[in-house]
Amino acid sequence: MAETKDYDIVIIGAGITGTMLARELSAYKLRIALIDKENDIADGATMANSAIVHTGYDPEDGTLQARLNPEGARLYEKLCADIGCRYKTVGAYIVACGEEEERHLDVLADRAKRRGIEYKFMTGDEARENEPNLSGEVTRVLDFYTTAVIYPWEVAIACAEVAVKNGTELFLNSPCTGIDRTMGGYIVHTPNLDLKAGIVVNAAGVYGEEIAKMVSDDVHFRIRPRRGEYYVLDNDVDFVCHIIFPVPSKEKGKGVLAVPTVYGNTLIGPNSDYVDDPEDNGTSVDGLGYVRAHIGKVLKDVPLNRSIRTFAGLRPSSDAHDFVIEEQKGAEGFINASCIESPGLASSPAIAKYIIDELISKRRELVPNENAVMTRERPVVMSELTPEQRSEQIKRDPRYGNMICRCEQISEGEIVACIHSTCGARSVKGVKKRVRPGMGRCQGGFCEPRVLERLARELGADPTEIVLDEQGSNILDSVNRK
Amino acid sequence: MKKYDALIIGGGSAGLAAAAALKENGIDNIAVLEKDGEAGGILQQCIHNGFGLMTFGEQLSGPAYAERFIRKAAELGVEIKTNTMVTKLTADRKVEYVNSTEGAVTAEAGAVVLAVGCYERPRGAINITGDRCAGVYTAGQAQKYLNIDGYMVGKKVFILGSGDIGLIMARRMKLEGADVLGVAEIMPYSNGLPRNIKQCLEDFDIPLMLSHTVSKTFANKNGRLEKIEVVQVDENLNPIAGSEQYFDADTLLLSVGLIPENHLADEIGIVSDRATKGPVVDESYMTSAEGIFACGNGLHVHDLVDFVTIQAARAGKGAAEYLKNGAKSGRSVTVGAGSGIGYTVPSLVHPESVSEDVEFFFRVTKPLTDAVITLTSCGEVLRTIKKKKIVPSEMQRITVKKDVLAGLTDGLEISAEGVVTV
Repeated sequence: MAETKDYDIVIIGAGITGTMLARELSAYKLRIALIDKENDIADGATMANSAIVHTGYDPEDGTLQARLNPEGARLYEKLCADIGCRYKTVGAYIVACGEEEERHLDVLADRAKRRGIEYKFMTGDEARENEPNLSGEVTRVLDFYTTAVIYPWEVAIACAEVAVKNGTELFLNSPCTGIDRTMGGYIVHTPNLDLKAGIVVNAAGVYGEEIAKMVSDDVHFRIRPRRGEYYVLDNDVDFVCHIIFPVPSKEKGKGVLAVPTVYGNTLIGPNSDYVDDPEDNGTSVDGLGYVRAHIGKVLKDVPLNRSIRTFAGLRPSSDAHDFVIEEQKGAEGFINASCIESPGLASSPAIAKYIIDELISKRRELVPNENAVMTRERPVVMSELTPEQRSEQIKRDPRYGNMICRCEQISEGEIVACIHSTCGARSVKGVKKRVRPGMGRCQGGFCEPRVLERLARELGADPTEIVLDEQGSNILDSVNRK
Repeated sequence: MKKYDALIIGGGSAGLAAAAALKENGIDNIAVLEKDGEAGGILQQCIHNGFGLMTFGEQLSGPAYAERFIRKAAELGVEIKTNTMVTKLTADRKVEYVNSTEGAVTAEAGAVVLAVGCYERPRGAINITGDRCAGVYTAGQAQKYLNIDGYMVGKKVFILGSGDIGLIMARRMKLEGADVLGVAEIMPYSNGLPRNIKQCLEDFDIPLMLSHTVSKTFANKNGRLEKIEVVQVDENLNPIAGSEQYFDADTLLLSVGLIPENHLADEIGIVSDRATKGPVVDESYMTSAEGIFACGNGLHVHDLVDFVTIQAARAGKGAAEYLKNGAKSGRSVTVGAGSGIGYTVPSLVHPESVSEDVEFFFRVTKPLTDAVITLTSCGEVLRTIKKKKIVPSEMQRITVKKDVLAGLTDGLEISAEGVVTV
């Protein structure tokens, strides 16, 4: 029998939705548990997406997305400042080729105007002055110049860190295997622990439908994971300085984009393919082929030969075509935060507030926790410091002078700090998500053995126990000889 | 600000040879900046032998070859700063570096020698689809895990790419008890040295699958590799439908190319060569930035360390001459790669100030038999060299006399013809 623990609220899923909610809730006197089946925070859709804070012009009127996206986007910059995360305003060009697409820009501009989102129109030629790689076919551009990019997992990890410091209990490697109803609540089963709570929030991403059905059959949304595949270009390639979108369509979503990321890489993608298996996040010949074929529509001379990585992510798409954020019918206190596909990342701060204001606060009284600290200091990042500041930091701790990753110039000090921080890294990918060794052009060719060695040392583990990502994804097979 | 006559970035085989040459040519105030904990570079993990046949007339292991140059550097009194990473280089030769003892330092150098080495092309730069799982390594990474750290990365190994590190690792893992299932090479010929094909694959019955590539990886439920898909490719290197084969491999090693680490040079706009992906240099190994020299695998990827040593010594000497006499004067002409040739190094020469015979290094683009290498200028054939067989994996060289170079009115071109053999 697994041990049972009592909570006020259990959140299933430590992606951007779950972590953002956990942080907001940690401002109150509540016993909160945040569980995830993976070995790290933000290992699902939050890890593999376009990383854009959409301003909110895209969702159709009358949807929950149309309400929460603009609101969420407006909260982001301050939130990132509060929790020490990168937020880079790059602007987004929606580019139209020909009259029909131009008409669609007017529709978007009209929505934006009504939603208080800033924009301006440009001619194709004006846009090409700023973006010389734009195709000659582009005739008119709608510039959403307040659009920003973030590191989504950085935000999720930072939110989890704030929540945990305020008392939230985080359980990784804890898949929800079943949910039972009890007097006044639920028991959420995991292999090692049963969590009892009056309120359960289902923020399980592509598994949202499966989790909801553990409570009752009355689930009116169907999740169908939609895979998106991307190329990542080396950060010494200056290809675009704005996000470049083709005109969105209902069928194809936002189309194939070029996104200048926070650290100077360029993302090219995604495609959009329904898959049956919620774990099927490998790349495919057809998917990457689609990306290659379609990016050429709006951009020319796309330097895909400078790709350093390809990846795929699964969006929790659904037949609801909108966020489903509501109490499940006939299941008091069981709240679905489901079908959170794009613009879920941009909406997430507003989703958290919505869940609290519209759903949780109607169930129970929320008493502010006056000891809660809602902010987080940004860890030391050597590459962001002046030489003088670097020297100071090295004087305080010489490990910051021992550079481990040469592509991205990351020191041993930064790596050790991210292992020992709250919600610290437990895997090579965990270190990569937090401080970025392996993100550069050698993709860890040089630094991975050095990161692995530090992980083993700091965690007191044998190197053969160190995993790339999930439990069982060990990097080393066996000791050869010492 | 700290001042040096010369700073050498990188303490591998190239940096050590360049530093020695600087000292031997009378430049004393120099330092080598090495990011690793010891000098020697990638040689330290190359524990197989075969190094130094040309330089020493004997077969040494990588660490033994490195040791000779580390000792020589010590005898000459070369300062080597280890665990020291250069974070920035400016065109006026200010070098920013970081280490634990000095902090973040900016030093001024009369000359800079880039001896930064190369990196292995990662998975994301080639078209392998499928799961992003544990069990996929670059060959050099697996070599470090095994030879330096003492760990095997897996038991059932497949290797993509028949570059030399891949071949060496095939033998190495086999000797340590792994099951090496095969080596796939997308080209119809191997990119490794012929002696490595013989000694690392044939002698161990490891199949070499030419015109094949790994197209997909499959992970088990824990995210470790369990299977790979291998396909045959046509003459345009596109997969042939229906040719899929599957191997139960827990390990995939990638030996799919080495790329000069050109970032420091690139950041300051140093002209690079599209073919080598390293800087363009003249006969003194100076780049397009005055006083900044380049050598080693950071200049172009070598097959033999002996060539690295030869060229790096010239770069060191070139830097010393620059410090004494200033930059080469007069016009420069190109030494171009003609038909059948991938690239030449150096690719510039100064007819009016060339001070000695110059050795040019080059590679052919395809394997040739009964080959003729031709050196021309303004359409006039200056020299032809006949070779029974030449392959892209083996670097070729040709020495051109000083007086020939001094008399050049236009550029030189090297070309190769022969029967293409695959």
